Amino acid sequence: MSDVYIIGIDMIKFGRFPETSVPKLGATAAHMALDDAGVSIQDCQALYSGNLGQAAAMVGQRILAEIGQTGVPVVNCANACATGATAFREGWMSIKAGIYDMVLCVGTEQMGKGLLGGAGGGKGIPTEGLLGSGTMPAVFAEAGMEHQRKYGTTFEQFAKVSVKNHHHSTMNPKAMYQIETPLETVMGAEMISYPNTKLMCSVNVDGAAAAVICSEEKARELGKMDRAVKVRASVMSSDPYQERNLQMPDVNSCTQVAAKAAYEMAGIGPDDLDLVELHDCFATAEILHYGNLGLGKQEDAGRMIDEGETSLGGRIPVNVSGGLLSKGHPLGATGIANLYEVSTHLRNEAGERQVEGARFGLTHVIGLGSACAIHILEKAS
Amino acid sequence: MPPEAQPAESNALLPVVPFLKIPEGADPYLEGSRCQNCGAVFIGERDNCSSCGARDQMETIQLSNKGELYVFSIVFRSFPGIEVPYVSAIVDLEGGGTVKGNLINVDPDPEKIQMGMPVELVYKTAPRKDAEGNEYLTYYFQPRS
Ligand SMILES: [Zn+2]
Repeated sequence: MSDVYIIGIDMIKFGRFPETSVPKLGATAAHMALDDAGVSIQDCQALYSGNLGQAAAMVGQRILAEIGQTGVPVVNCANACATGATAFREGWMSIKAGIYDMVLCVGTEQMGKGLLGGAGGGKGIPTEGLLGSGTMPAVFAEAGMEHQRKYGTTFEQFAKVSVKNHHHSTMNPKAMYQIETPLETVMGAEMISYPNTKLMCSVNVDGAAAAVICSEEKARELGKMDRAVKVRASVMSSDPYQERNLQMPDVNSCTQVAAKAAYEMAGIGPDDLDLVELHDCFATAEILHYGNLGLGKQEDAGRMIDEGETSLGGRIPVNVSGGLLSKGHPLGATGIANLYEVSTHLRNEAGERQVEGARFGLTHVIGLGSACAIHILEKAS
Repeated sequence: MPPEAQPAESNALLPVVPFLKIPEGADPYLEGSRCQNCGAVFIGERDNCSSCGARDQMETIQLSNKGELYVFSIVFRSFPGIEVPYVSAIVDLEGGGTVKGNLINVDPDPEKIQMGMPVELVYKTAPRKDAEGNEYLTYYFQPRS
């Protein structure tokens, strides 16, 4: 089986673009990735498209209608916040299987403002606020409180995640926000669902990201190896049975399962990683995933954020892009945008926020319900 | 003019969720299922076990009205029309089963709510009616000594 390489990858600057359409956003990112690879849409043998909001509306084909209807197979994916990563992984599998030698993967989303989630609806009376809360900030607040219960993690430590990621995004021109948010500002912001304040919730934005991936043979034939990024592992999982997970969505066990499999596939361990882009949909979530991804022990997560181990320049920088908290979280695009961030560091093209000498990086996304996707990337040698 | 929504004929309360049971002449309770193969406990009725995969091994059980607070969040922002703040709680019931609901009769202050504290279920008429004017019975958690 051939190794799979990213030869072109890019994302649009995340923001709010109500005047455009999902296919146009996707088309822009697709063109950027094709240009980055130096190939054309005619070179791609299939398109894997990820979008959540219009999951039933053939977004991939509508992207091709914008950039070139070459008649190739199109697969449309929807998998909650793992949608983009799922589309990428479908493309990866097609090359791994030897079916194609070059494909295009695109993730897009156009979002409204406001809360996601909510319990009930349909028949009877709404149960939101009656039988607890199904809003995403509350669900992830409860997951954070579980960490507090087990390991003593504090509101202040959760808040420091947001301080760090907002700081990182001041160095990322493609992030939605480039603003410093000191600890007092984060902790003093409007409380949405304790312990998550408004500045500890990811930003709903519109966005798109795309990648051109190919077989090793193709990358060599085209002379693309100097900027190529090798996919060392591509893994997904769903949530294994846990006694509470039908009442309390569990983002931990599926991440642990996927991480173990990813490190095995890559043949490396967490200590070999130079940077990580993980699913900080809420500040509480980032803390959970330090332990889930093996970046440290679960009980050390609070200390890791206190001591700056996961800041740029620290032992294992996490979310140097600004993360979902500050770069923004366009659901279907997030999984490919994370791959763009890590690839950019491995190519030594990340500018001010560059992780020096980066060789290995990991991306992690999780869609509640749950779908976890992890990729481990390596600088091509 | 469209006809006015008619109130339900009987004034019996409807259950807020299917697993809340209102037996005639007895106290309401929450219903669960226990897998006779692996012992996993679930909320409500089901046919198969998602823990071990066993089919048709579910026995219907009455869940306990006592439990302990596993975790909580204090919700300050919800959807329009939903009164805030409220405490969203996950409770582990005695004898198995985990339920989500509102925790009442506590201050919405993280310092005043202890994870692990004993709680009990109480059943009350919900402060909302459906479009036809039907009233519903719901459950809440409250601290118990
Ligand atoms: Zn079972």
